[in-house]
Amino acid sequence: MEVLLRVRRFDPEAGQKPYWAEYTLKDVHRTDRVLDLLHHVKWYIDGTLSLRRSCAHGICGSDAMRINGINRLACKVLVKDLVRGERGKIEVAPILGLPVIKDLIVDMEPFFDHYRSVMPYFVNHEEAPSTERLQSQEERALFDEGTKCILCAACTTSCPSFWANGTYVGPAAIVQAHRFIFDSRDQAASERLAVLSEENGAWRCRTIFNCTSACPREIPVTQLIAEVKGAIYGRKPKA
Amino acid sequence: MQIHQFDVVIIGAGGAGLMAALYASRGANTAVVSKLYPTRSHTGAAQGGIGAALGNEEEDHWEWHAFDTVKGSDYLADQDAVDILAREAVEVVYELEHLGLPFDRTQDGKIAQRRFGGHTANFGERPVRRACHAADRTGHMILQTLYQQCIKNRVRFFDEFHVVDLVMSDGRPAGVVAVEIRSGEIHVFRAKAIMFATGGWGKVWSITSNAHTLTGDGSAICYRRGIPMEDMEFFQFHPTGIYRLGILITEGVRGEGGILLNGLGERFMERYAPTIKDLASRDVISRAIYLEIREGRGINGKDYVHLDVTPETVNRYLAAAGETRRVDREYIESKVPDILDFCRTYLGIDPITEPMPIQPTAHYAMGGIPTNVDAEVVIDEQNTVLAGLYAAGECACVSVHGANRLGTNSLVDLVVFGRRAGIKMADFARHADFVELPDDPSGEVTAELERLRRADGRTRVAELRDEMQKTMMDHVGVFREASGMQQAIDTIRTLRERYRTDLRVDDRGRIFNHDLLEAWELGCLLDMAEVTAVSALARTESRGGHAREDYPKRDDDQWLRHTLATLKPNGDIALSYKPVVILKYQPKERVY
Repeated sequence: MEVLLRVRRFDPEAGQKPYWAEYTLKDVHRTDRVLDLLHHVKWYIDGTLSLRRSCAHGICGSDAMRINGINRLACKVLVKDLVRGERGKIEVAPILGLPVIKDLIVDMEPFFDHYRSVMPYFVNHEEAPSTERLQSQEERALFDEGTKCILCAACTTSCPSFWANGTYVGPAAIVQAHRFIFDSRDQAASERLAVLSEENGAWRCRTIFNCTSACPREIPVTQLIAEVKGAIYGRKPKA
Repeated sequence: MQIHQFDVVIIGAGGAGLMAALYASRGANTAVVSKLYPTRSHTGAAQGGIGAALGNEEEDHWEWHAFDTVKGSDYLADQDAVDILAREAVEVVYELEHLGLPFDRTQDGKIAQRRFGGHTANFGERPVRRACHAADRTGHMILQTLYQQCIKNRVRFFDEFHVVDLVMSDGRPAGVVAVEIRSGEIHVFRAKAIMFATGGWGKVWSITSNAHTLTGDGSAICYRRGIPMEDMEFFQFHPTGIYRLGILITEGVRGEGGILLNGLGERFMERYAPTIKDLASRDVISRAIYLEIREGRGINGKDYVHLDVTPETVNRYLAAAGETRRVDREYIESKVPDILDFCRTYLGIDPITEPMPIQPTAHYAMGGIPTNVDAEVVIDEQNTVLAGLYAAGECACVSVHGANRLGTNSLVDLVVFGRRAGIKMADFARHADFVELPDDPSGEVTAELERLRRADGRTRVAELRDEMQKTMMDHVGVFREASGMQQAIDTIRTLRERYRTDLRVDDRGRIFNHDLLEAWELGCLLDMAEVTAVSALARTESRGGHAREDYPKRDDDQWLRHTLATLKPNGDIALSYKPVVILKYQPKERVY
């Protein structure tokens, strides 16, 4: 089949404005990943096309992009998910809300700054036992969803509240905080909740659900944010 | 050019690099330099589990784990190192749990464990539950946990800095050269202790489970600086990659009861490994799949077989084996969710109701930069230490995996020897001085990068890479023989000549010039491919992952030894050999 691939491009060294480049690709397979199409352009047509990618199967979180207007991983969306019939158009642009550096590559530093601000690490001040700390299957299940996060930024950069105000920590950081707040072994929930109860914390979430739709790991992001909001008032999530 | 100075510089931010950083940073000023953001590292793609004889589910002992590892290695692993691996596995798994790693839990709240290939009770009697896991994203959880703890400990990270050279001064390591990808600027990191933890080079082959970024950079850098590569002929083909895509399907699927079936619907592993069947070592199963396909027993006669984890099939075989355990949809969904997601996304197949089409996929380098058990790089047959240089993880060869790695042991290797590296480097940095940098530490590699940046020949990087991957897949894959390997060597050398004289790079810019860096990575891949094929051609026996049709038997008299392949200044590869450390387990026939 044939695909018209439109890519939002920007070369910081050329002194030009961003523009749409178009590539007509023939012999596309319906099961090709969008990443395969981008690679085809980069490897066989124009090596200057720039993007991040690594694992190519939805695990490393490198290649979140805005594909036909929706945030997804380029390696986890197939042509057949986007095009019906023998011809179609696919548009790829960088994720929104972070400064574009070159083509599909954005500056991830603000995203990781927000991540680091919520103490995204396990804290337990007691001396560890000689074997594992015990945790019931029910306790473990309470924070399972958040452990799937691959920090691809698809959620945060789909969030209108984040677009409007980049100082909002954003859904990914809240998911990371949730993962520790609801871990029965962790002892720093109150510090994290203090951060998230501030002006740029969880309350900037307006439950728009873009984050949940965007998550390539199918994490119920909006629900986790709601649970964090509840925890600020001392509520526990239902097991 | 910017110059930085740290006591310890670690290149690579996967499991080995981060574990080393965690320990080194407690006693020394430490930096981690990585071409990716740390959480993109390929440790995150490890699925099924980390092996440790905790005995949470049934009786187990680290000595059994050690025996399985030695047997799995086809007796080529160094048994002193294997003892350390299996013993310290227990400590590090508890340590990971204490650092917050969210393992799955047993009914009584302990770390959950499951069966995995080649892991047995009582020296080969029956499968044992040893693989500690967090669903089928165990590597992801290890990577996340270690990165989180490095943030907590304020480890200094240089993310998206691509290391391209090791600076030597009078034969001593003095630092590394890196390209800051965002600016294209050259940085030199001067350090007392330098550690490579850069992972493998699966991109040498066309069908691989490896990420695009696994191009053997660190190993190639060391190799070019005269450090030998150990046991490069041993590269693991994982039996269950998704057909055509190569994406890994964890052995944990079989650990949970999944069965391999050929085109006739036969559980063919019964014929190849009568005792533990589908849980035999990876090399054994990959060969069995190739043989079934060759005999026309692939699915519909094609070049793949089925892996069936539908509850119906699993329960039928569990019942036939006299086991009381049964599985249902919910259980499979909870234990291998990512596998189900891969199949549903990429194949449109639901493994709950249909079998998965699979074929062997290039997966893991057993060989690499030679080290001792403290991750110090050793450079000759006498294991002479090159002071100040360290390596751990897939890029290194301790050797704990010998000729074939057992499933779960890569993650064990990362954390056990990453930890040892970190401790040793902090200690070294306390006593050692910095080595003087030479006058122009980045001159040589900068000249090569500028050559690549201006390369205006006719051949694209991807064309050369495609040809390399095809020839290595055809001739230096699961089965090998002399003429094919020679052909691969000739092809690789021709490709390298074209790389030198006829390459084309489009991007002349400085900022995020991945076009240039992919060209540089291809140079690493060609080096790794050549040294792999040359080492393989010389070893006239079959052992573990190195299976020769012209020498089908293991030959302990001549070949119970490690290969060392050294690049000579004229470009030739010199082969030498060093003995294997044999302690408790004398080599015997390997039957599963």
